[in-house]
Amino acid sequence: MTQLQARGVVRAYGPTPALRGVTLEVAEGEIVAVTGPSGCGKSTLLHCLAGILRPDVGEVTWRGHRIDTWSEAARSRLRRTEFGVLFQFGQLVAELTAAENVALPLLLAGTGRREARTAALTWLERFGVAEVADVRPGEMSGGQQQRCATARALVTEPRVLFADEPTGALDTLTGEQVLTQLVRLAREQRTAVVLVTHEPRIAAYADREIVLRDGLVDHTGLGLDVPLAGGAR
Amino acid sequence: MGGVSTPHVLLGLLAGGSRHGYELKRAHDERLPRARPLAFGQVYATLGRLERDGLVAAAGQDRVGGPDRTAYALTDQGRVTLDQWLSTVEAPMPYVASTLFAKVVVALLVADVDRARSYLIAQRAAHTARLRELTTVKGDPAATLSDVVAADFAIAHLDADLRWLHATLGRVADWHREVHP
Repeated sequence: MTQLQARGVVRAYGPTPALRGVTLEVAEGEIVAVTGPSGCGKSTLLHCLAGILRPDVGEVTWRGHRIDTWSEAARSRLRRTEFGVLFQFGQLVAELTAAENVALPLLLAGTGRREARTAALTWLERFGVAEVADVRPGEMSGGQQQRCATARALVTEPRVLFADEPTGALDTLTGEQVLTQLVRLAREQRTAVVLVTHEPRIAAYADREIVLRDGLVDHTGLGLDVPLAGGAR
Repeated sequence: MGGVSTPHVLLGLLAGGSRHGYELKRAHDERLPRARPLAFGQVYATLGRLERDGLVAAAGQDRVGGPDRTAYALTDQGRVTLDQWLSTVEAPMPYVASTLFAKVVVALLVADVDRARSYLIAQRAAHTARLRELTTVKGDPAATLSDVVAADFAIAHLDADLRWLHATLGRVADWHREVHP
């Protein structure tokens, strides 16, 4: 069942077009990789789908509701409750410990302090970084920080996780470990993932790959906007 | 780098103690999963040559409910040969000898940009499909570390090929002009 949909999305930065009419759908629990060369519009598309940016033209719908026309406050609420967002550099709050960072989205959503901490510890455990629960980001390795950021993105058990080059700053093995855990946990709780990457081997973890080229979905055969047998389930 | 040296792999598999041809074949398949299949005939033929060259020696026979089975053991000379092989660094890509590369060159020579491009696109699709297949293998809970390391090797090479395919797609028109000035 389609949950998230973009229809004819156009977005420019001043005179520079980033997206020139993108249409796509993401089903419940589906893992979709968005790939393409630098500057093709991958990150802009992710920001439009997540309601961070508004398209200039076109629509973004979430479960049949058009969200691009919503106020910033309403889209922000949607991001807190239904969506999770993860960037290349985890963007943890430097002043907070790992557990406090992971608990933050729950506290913002109104969960009690004790319950939020318990959930945070559970998620840190799932990502194998329970030992840094009371450590601040500055004292963690890059891999530990990104595991914490991933735990924070999933702690609310979102319906969709938007991940922009989530392993881009990690070495191959660490990146693979983080991604494997992310994909496994997303599948367990049926969280859909929109995974922006320029790396073929990262895209190979998805059920489906959508290739962007110059702000459009590439259907020429260079792209592979088709479900491929044997996604890494 | 060239193909796998079966004689040296067999010497390595004998380093821990004597084994029959059948055991060697099984150990080979376990330790080098996804390798080019190694036939029994090839194992016995290779053992014959290694024995002739003094690198292995027959170490007893048994006949338990089946045909004669000769066990082979590593000789001192075999151990030296194995050690030399392990100590030799492989020449990193001494020649650019890839069918992938050659096929694009030939397509540009005998046809046009479109022919070369459609080959690159078809090959990219095949590479991507294989990359996904191997990624699935790694995610299988039953996968051993040997499976994972073997899949990693193939994935890293497919990934590199895919990057080359992408870059070459971007260059193929200019390249055609160079080939056909």
